[in-house]
Amino acid sequence: MSRIIGIDLGTTNSLVAYVDDTTGLPRVIPDAEGRRLLPSIVSFTPAGILVGEAARRQLVRQPTSTVYSVKRFMGRGYEDVKDELCYFPFRVCEGEGTVRLQIGDREVTPPEVSAIILKTLRERAEAHFGESIEKTVITVPAYFNDGQRQATRDAGRIAGLDVVRIVNEPTAASLAYGLQKLHEGVVAVYDLGGGTFDISILRIRDGIFEVLATNGNTHLGGDDFDRAVALWLLDDIRERHGVYLGQDAEGMQELRLAAEAAKVRLSTEARTRLTIPFDAFTYHRDVTRADIETLIAPLVLRTLGPCRAALADAGLTAADIDHIVLVGGSTRVPLVRRRVEELFGKTPHSQLNPDEVVALGAAVQAQILAGGITNMLLLDVTPLSLGIETLGGVVSVLISRNTTIPTNAHEMFTTSVDGQTVVDMHVLQGERELVKDCRSLARFELRDVDPMPAGMPKIEVTFLIDANGILQVTARELRTGKAASIEVRPTYGLTEADVERMVDESFEYAEADVEARMLIEVRNEADTVITHVRRALGQGGALVAADECLRIEAALGELERARGGEDRELIRDKTTELNGVTEHLAEVMMDTALRGALESRRADDL
Amino acid sequence: MNYFEVFGLARRLEIDGAELQRRFYELSRRHHPDFHHGASPDAQAEALEASARLNAAYRALRDPIARIEYLVRLEEGRETREGAEGADVKPQAPPELLAEMFEIQESLAEAQAEARSGTLDEATRETLLTQRERLRERRSDEETRLVNPLSRAWDAAAGAAERAAALRAFKEALATRAYLRTVIADLGEALDEEQGEHVAHHRH
Repeated sequence: MSRIIGIDLGTTNSLVAYVDDTTGLPRVIPDAEGRRLLPSIVSFTPAGILVGEAARRQLVRQPTSTVYSVKRFMGRGYEDVKDELCYFPFRVCEGEGTVRLQIGDREVTPPEVSAIILKTLRERAEAHFGESIEKTVITVPAYFNDGQRQATRDAGRIAGLDVVRIVNEPTAASLAYGLQKLHEGVVAVYDLGGGTFDISILRIRDGIFEVLATNGNTHLGGDDFDRAVALWLLDDIRERHGVYLGQDAEGMQELRLAAEAAKVRLSTEARTRLTIPFDAFTYHRDVTRADIETLIAPLVLRTLGPCRAALADAGLTAADIDHIVLVGGSTRVPLVRRRVEELFGKTPHSQLNPDEVVALGAAVQAQILAGGITNMLLLDVTPLSLGIETLGGVVSVLISRNTTIPTNAHEMFTTSVDGQTVVDMHVLQGERELVKDCRSLARFELRDVDPMPAGMPKIEVTFLIDANGILQVTARELRTGKAASIEVRPTYGLTEADVERMVDESFEYAEADVEARMLIEVRNEADTVITHVRRALGQGGALVAADECLRIEAALGELERARGGEDRELIRDKTTELNGVTEHLAEVMMDTALRGALESRRADDL
Repeated sequence: MNYFEVFGLARRLEIDGAELQRRFYELSRRHHPDFHHGASPDAQAEALEASARLNAAYRALRDPIARIEYLVRLEEGRETREGAEGADVKPQAPPELLAEMFEIQESLAEAQAEARSGTLDEATRETLLTQRERLRERRSDEETRLVNPLSRAWDAAAGAAERAAALRAFKEALATRAYLRTVIADLGEALDEEQGEHVAHHRH
């Protein structure tokens, strides 16, 4: 059987992993530079498409054509996301089924953007193995609905990959832990990532990973923490500098990145100092862990309701949980750990790197499917109830949430008018009684029903949720036993024809070749350094000796000349040189800033 | 193959939960699609079907009350119909509670009127809570009764007449339980606890 890889397609970072045949252990595949995480960012530049680190550098430079957190838009309609669009610098518009991203004069769908990330990971794996890779397992949040799962599978197909299994992220994590036989018994996996939150409760025994219940929120994660902090900084800047950056895409992007950096530092330190240089002024601000915790506390609180609901659905109480496992980068935030510990009354585990554990688990599942692991088996559940619309806009539940998958339900349909040949069904997902409160999944049309008096045809429709958590619908006329034809119209997402077209197109889109891409990268890096040095000279040039300024000017000039050329190595060398020459200036400026801050604090004390 | 047969069990209600789980895991290892990934499309479809049936069988049999509901369906030849709640038995008020039910309906109407005009009055709230507590106790009694003596009576039944009597007793008890569940949910809704009661609503 051909090799199957495991991919964690994350909101913030994506990874690819495999199980090493000799050790039997899962390993993350790094890129040529040894980087393990691929930032889930795609930038559409005039010279071509950039992915990962290279795209990250475009966030501030080209905010409107650099897409991040695209996972938040997967399988979503415009109505679902319109309230948060003001926080994204790129344009998101309404499209048929799924939303579309407007990049310059080009429209792309979220699965296409995700496909670019998947393709990069696929190439990473192909470079590692020196062979072509066609099959993958991809992880998704456990609380993803059918449409979001389909969108993920479509992304895989567009990237030329056969997605042999969609696995839930928290369960994948439990597989990675389980492989090491770290925890048996009842385990709660608390997974807070960049954009999504899941809680899954499992019973692990004798290599069987049985999910008892799952719950979550597919729109809650570290992104929301960053947003809360960035909006707070926005207000602070307006108050102290009289400048409102809300309409400034680049400025907002700077704030978002600064907020993220502050959050990360404050996870290990009690206070930090933010310095954000803008054209007209430089913003300094001391931020404490307490400041951040006040801002994010309501968001952290929103994860606890789903935890309680999952416990109730599993028929358990917090005391029944033997182990708590933390997954996702956002669980590094101390407040998150404290709240989880309080809720379950136990210290959570995080021995495995929370950024990598999901990808490692995906690799384990890939190995199970490839037949390489035979003693482990995952029994997952469907996160949301599935039903059909009945008279009066009421949903009749066919499959309850937290039912072990695969699972199926049968329902009889007939006609209501003499000679009727088409029967409609509307399938929904959700926990509410009325159609309007549930998520429309798809409309199915039973066709070619033999014309008969009303009520005579007997059509048995089978709703099957497969091991991927994705719905398959089949129908058969009971009297003749013949399969009935079904036309599917997904409410959100791409049609089969859309996907086919995108698969073809993805081969046509000329991506920048590796050389060109690397040249763009070093040029971007040079641009960043040049901008910073110019700004530093303007603000702090007077703090150092005149000959030092001259030396900096000279190095600056050399880098600018090199940047105009095509010599990658030269640009890189000159960038390094300029960085070296300005080290002292940077130190002096930092000291002055610190002293200034200390003095102002002393002044406050008086 | 009915759900008892899936596990190689006789049509009896006394089932050892730990043993059932052990068999479920063992059969999952045999049927789960993950272990048939490389097989022919037909074999894969077969594994999918067997796995879905096994999961349904385990869900129906692991809980003592769900097990009774399944048995009733099976005995009446409706075993394929699954999922829709309360479709099996028509909810019926327990006779000894009929008088009390009028009182509860009154409190409910009062609570709804109050909710429309703003907030729930503290006294009404107290009444609803007390009534709900009483109904929950009653429901719990009914569930205990379903397991013992009713389930034991089924297992011990000799002959068609005794089995029919046991089935009638199940249906009555299930109807009472279904009724209580609806009223408890209504009370919860009036108390604005929709979410909490909803969770209970979906578990058997």
